[in-house]
Amino acid sequence: MVDVTAAARKKVKDIDLKHQPGFSQIAWFCIAVLYAPIAVLVLFSFNENRSVTIWTQFSLDWYVKAWNNEGIQHAALVSLEVALVAMLLSTIMATMAALVTTRTAPYRGMNVAVAVINQPLMVPEVVTAVATLIFFAIIKQLTGISGIGYLIAAHTAFCVPFAYMPIRARLEDMDLSLEQAAADLYAPPFKVFRRVTLPLLMPGILAGAMLAFIVSLDDVIITLFVAGPGETTLPLYILGQIRRGVTPEINAVSTVFVGISVVLVSFIFLSGKDKK
Amino acid sequence: MSDQTATAAIDIRKTSKIYGRDRDTGVVALDQVSLAIADNEFFTLLGPSGCGKTTLLRLIAGFEQPTEGEILLFGEHLEGLPPYKRPVNTVFQHYALFPHMTVAENISFGLEMLNTPASEIADTVKEVLGLVQMETLADRKTDQLSGGQQQRVALARALAPKPKVLLLDEPLSALDFKLRKEMQVELKRLQNETGITFIFVTHDQEEALAMSDRVAVMRDGLILQVGNPNEIYDRPAKRFVADFIGDINILKGKLLSQDGAQATVKLEAGYEGNAGLPMDVTNLGGEVSIAIRPEQLSFVAEAGAADLSGSIQHISYFGSGFDYEIMLPGGETIMLQLQNRGAGKRAYSVGDQAHIAISENSLQILAD
Repeated sequence: MVDVTAAARKKVKDIDLKHQPGFSQIAWFCIAVLYAPIAVLVLFSFNENRSVTIWTQFSLDWYVKAWNNEGIQHAALVSLEVALVAMLLSTIMATMAALVTTRTAPYRGMNVAVAVINQPLMVPEVVTAVATLIFFAIIKQLTGISGIGYLIAAHTAFCVPFAYMPIRARLEDMDLSLEQAAADLYAPPFKVFRRVTLPLLMPGILAGAMLAFIVSLDDVIITLFVAGPGETTLPLYILGQIRRGVTPEINAVSTVFVGISVVLVSFIFLSGKDKK
Repeated sequence: MSDQTATAAIDIRKTSKIYGRDRDTGVVALDQVSLAIADNEFFTLLGPSGCGKTTLLRLIAGFEQPTEGEILLFGEHLEGLPPYKRPVNTVFQHYALFPHMTVAENISFGLEMLNTPASEIADTVKEVLGLVQMETLADRKTDQLSGGQQQRVALARALAPKPKVLLLDEPLSALDFKLRKEMQVELKRLQNETGITFIFVTHDQEEALAMSDRVAVMRDGLILQVGNPNEIYDRPAKRFVADFIGDINILKGKLLSQDGAQATVKLEAGYEGNAGLPMDVTNLGGEVSIAIRPEQLSFVAEAGAADLSGSIQHISYFGSGFDYEIMLPGGETIMLQLQNRGAGKRAYSVGDQAHIAISENSLQILAD
């Protein structure tokens, strides 16, 4: 809508980093360093040979093998179950947290609440892992209850800040006057939420959910500490296999993982972009 | 008088809004304001930013609660009622149209919330779209509309539920000059056609004078003067009101005698004559500020017919006329505005001695 004049455009161009000498070379170098290992991993997942370093011939054998491997199947199912439930729970909690930290009159302790929600991002994961392990051990001892619930609870807990960030960002971007307009047009609070806040917040919620899903899917450290017998997730399985030597089967599983991540991240990116 | 307040569309009684803990440490946005707005009135709250005009509007809409005082809508108390239970609608400064809905969905939102039958909603949407001349754009998304179109949709949306009072929060400030002029006419027409009481907030004095039945001039949380545009312009009660609205000369003088709202004054520059007197000026024989509009002054050829004389300091051209800045003998300068139509006018230049006549009944005493 803003009409940028030619002069203004030229000025922007002068300041623009893209037009500094060496910019594209450095950019391509960084991208190569970041993605070359992944490219190699993907490449050797299609290797016909057992080796993950010497290329012989294209084949999908390792994908078939991985697909038929019961260990992988089981681990994938555990991962999916944990990630889906943790995603759902953490997104709901994060949405509520984001609403209460942006859509209420400022209250005492609001900043503290925001800090507490985001704190898990700052605490070293291994500390959280040990703390969770001990905490759950106490509960298990007192109640005698065991099961995958503990793993899901742990994942839900560390997913909340990840889901919270995009949802809160979206809410802060949203003009408060939209919700006031709805209230002014006779919508009681719940209807304001359902008809105006929620639909406009949806891209943020989806982004938060996807982020939570990915974070849960590839968590290793906390899972390693908390997972009980039979609760091996895919990353844990891969870690275990690597100790016995890497085969292209691991490459195949990892490639699928990368594929899921790429799809989800693209989704977050695109859904965040549509309204701007 | 009591009869009139009973039927007022909006009756604000000694209402204050204080942000913060109390009057001393907090910010007083509105200070014991009382105001009655009649049914079917186009009423404007006019003042600079921070004067409390938007706060007053938000108190009526219910987005804020008054710290003290009461607000009545056609005799019914509004205190404690949330916005969605008040039969008033707001046109927001930046329109606040729902971006995920079409024009028609935006307009029907309020009616849906009131559980209006679907067939009736469709009729009303059509009717208000016609009212704002937007029939063809019903199915557009709001981000495909121009600023002026969005403005019209915002109006239609607020009018659709047939509110008892329509609140307009500087709705024209985001439009360009020409569109703003058009919308002024449009708003006035809408108010006439719908018969709904409009309460319009603006900092633009021209807008206020052009559209309103009555204007309240506000500053620092207080209402300084309420009156129709004529009274506000010609008989400003306070120095601030005179200064804020249009160009004005403020001269020193002496209050010689008074009789009700009329007084006799003697300007320091020499002239003696009648002047309007606001109620709260009582210092008979004392110094007063006297206002006169630049267009109430004119040049006369002979010194004998002149009320004032002085030398021209500066002349500026504004298209349809000239502003002359004239130094009076006492050292005060005065602005004279002359339209350049009519014949037999002599051309003045800087340095000339000029004789000035003051139109009858154009002096006004100001309270501080």
